[in-house]
Amino acid sequence: MKVRANFSLVFNLDKCIGCHTCSVSCKNVWTNRKGMEYAWFNNVESKPGIGYPKNWEDQEKWNGGWVMNAGKLELKSGSRRQRLRNIFMNPDMPLIDDYYEPFTYNYAHLQTSPLVEATPTARPYSLIDGSQMDKIAWGPNWEDGLAGEFEKRGEDTNFNDMEKQVYAEFENSFHMFLPRMCNHCINPSCVASCPSGAMYKREEDGIVLVDQDKCRSWRMCISNCPYKKVFYNWESGKAEKCTGCYPRVESGLPTVCSETCVGRIRYNGVMLYDADRIEELASMDDTQDLYQAQLDILLDPNDPEVIKQAKEDGIPESWMKAARNSPIYKMVVDWKVAFPLHPEFRTMPMVWYVPPLSPVQSQIDQGNLATAPDGVIPQIETLRMPIKYLANMLTAGKEEPVVLALKRMIAMRSYYRSLNVEGKKDLEVLKEVGLDEAQVTEMYRYMAIANYEDRFVIPTSHEELHQEDPYAFQGQNGFSFGNEGCSISPNASLFPEKRKKMEHVMAFKPWKPAAKISGGESA
Amino acid sequence: METLLFSVYPYIALTTFLVGSLIRFDREQYTWKADSSQLFEKEQLRKGSILFHIGILALFMGHAAGLLTPHSWFLGLGVSDMVHQYVAIIAGAVFGSLCMMGGVILWKRRMTNPRVRANSHFMDIFILNWLLVTLGVGLLTIPVSIYHAFSGDASVMVSLADWAQSIVSFQGDATLLSEVGFLYKIHLFLGMSVFLLFPFTRLVHVWSVPIGYLMRPYQIVRSKYVRYR
Repeated sequence: MKVRANFSLVFNLDKCIGCHTCSVSCKNVWTNRKGMEYAWFNNVESKPGIGYPKNWEDQEKWNGGWVMNAGKLELKSGSRRQRLRNIFMNPDMPLIDDYYEPFTYNYAHLQTSPLVEATPTARPYSLIDGSQMDKIAWGPNWEDGLAGEFEKRGEDTNFNDMEKQVYAEFENSFHMFLPRMCNHCINPSCVASCPSGAMYKREEDGIVLVDQDKCRSWRMCISNCPYKKVFYNWESGKAEKCTGCYPRVESGLPTVCSETCVGRIRYNGVMLYDADRIEELASMDDTQDLYQAQLDILLDPNDPEVIKQAKEDGIPESWMKAARNSPIYKMVVDWKVAFPLHPEFRTMPMVWYVPPLSPVQSQIDQGNLATAPDGVIPQIETLRMPIKYLANMLTAGKEEPVVLALKRMIAMRSYYRSLNVEGKKDLEVLKEVGLDEAQVTEMYRYMAIANYEDRFVIPTSHEELHQEDPYAFQGQNGFSFGNEGCSISPNASLFPEKRKKMEHVMAFKPWKPAAKISGGESA
Repeated sequence: METLLFSVYPYIALTTFLVGSLIRFDREQYTWKADSSQLFEKEQLRKGSILFHIGILALFMGHAAGLLTPHSWFLGLGVSDMVHQYVAIIAGAVFGSLCMMGGVILWKRRMTNPRVRANSHFMDIFILNWLLVTLGVGLLTIPVSIYHAFSGDASVMVSLADWAQSIVSFQGDATLLSEVGFLYKIHLFLGMSVFLLFPFTRLVHVWSVPIGYLMRPYQIVRSKYVRYR
């Protein structure tokens, strides 16, 4: 046994309102730069839909993640040799149009336009080459709220093994939001695919990072990450990805996406896992066993064996305490209401999802649907969303765990309804789903109330223990692009490929209208 | 002039190549990259990049082996000068053409694809042009070499190899090239300049061929802290 800690998250989809605050705060902090306009370390997708980048879940198309090949765990893109052979041209890499062409609007035109008959408009311009775009054809969130026709959205691979045409009917349509970020996997395929060894998982907290100095733009990580959460910065020529907001997390603060989450759906915490069993447990023959395998790799921070080994492996006591209080552990292991996103990719993602209930309250009010004996809480069979769809997304198609999770969430509501409305405890509903009173009280506290201190249990990184001389560290530079700290002048360099400044202004190419606008005073 | 170009300039180029690469790697590693533009365009790259790289790698290794192997070794291995000459002509023509085809596709892509063009540095276009001109002149020497081969005269090839060996053994001697034609000399100058320009362009990615990837374990775990003992 080798104990390692992993910074992990839970997203409670039942409470996600799709407001995109997480995406916007992340964008403003991390990807508000030239070359990264198209990249969203965090994005929120509308499901069913093909998502961002297009069809990212379809690994037959992108060859991301791991597969079992003759009894051995191997990257889906092939052997190491095969990847090196593809180094001149990576056949699986998405184009920028699979994400979307980054654009801005020529707002200045509204002020500088000559007097014309029709109101001047701010037209879209490409942020890549500055040329005017006819129209914006795709964006990071093009399908928001089920926008677009079902034909396209229905390509969603979570419909596999389902009669999806049924859900094309308006009456049968269903909808959920899926916020996504880097999963900081236990078995990351991006790291495994990096030819120059620039990507790594941090020993202390399991955050997966790209060493910007070591990255040589071989771009294998982009296609081998099955979640498409490593991005190519086309301006700097380096891979960039979600940093897990490590400067914040090291100080015990939640990530910005979690901090700003309006629905309070995000939980941050520490999980312990057994680093010696990664390959064994990622190599299950049946993909449907992978959810259980991932539960098996997690270690119980209350187990004396684990505590002893953790001490030997140098895990600080404050981290053990955080692991014991981890909201993630409660939801993932104790109550089993949170699931990994696509465990069949075999990367062992450490962002866990509580599946959404999608009740149909107006139908219940009209008495059209079966409910629990209280006549208010719907039964799971009557939810709009097909269980199979959720199972395809969260457990490689195995329905039982998802059903149990949803039933437990319904039981919690039912119990609290009877407690608060009828004034009596309904223990019967709890017994059916295998929960006791103490557990459901905790579930209510963590999932329904979700106070700040309960959602975020993050130990600091104990910087003080690692600095040999803290005074020497004082006043040093943080990360800068290139060699700005110690060159003679920040703008002088022998090597001309300097990074463009953030405030670099795009020069728009003048636009010549095809047909002359009638009248007006335009020249 | 001859002395300057062929016994001094090679050392300027080689020194810049080695020291410049070292300084750039040490001080500005953030700029050390292949600088792929595949995110913008894929189909032309598929054709161009693969042809170009196969061609240029084979040319590099062919030049290295053909020019730097001592004359006596070839004779010892039973490779006569005429066989050497024909091998050089055929291999050079085949891989030179592959490289040229790829290079032209890449050049067209870089110049006409608006996205790739907009994101090109001056040096990207400059070095691509430089390589293509060098390659073009190299291909032009082939008919001359064929003429030499037909007339049974391998002396030009031998003196080129002798010159290259004199350079790398630090006894650079431009007089060895007195019999060599003008076209060859232009090719030599352009080729040496590639080494001179090398550290200032994206070519530095050649140093970083990721052979080590074949040997290393899949996962990399790094500690944030240097462990002091």
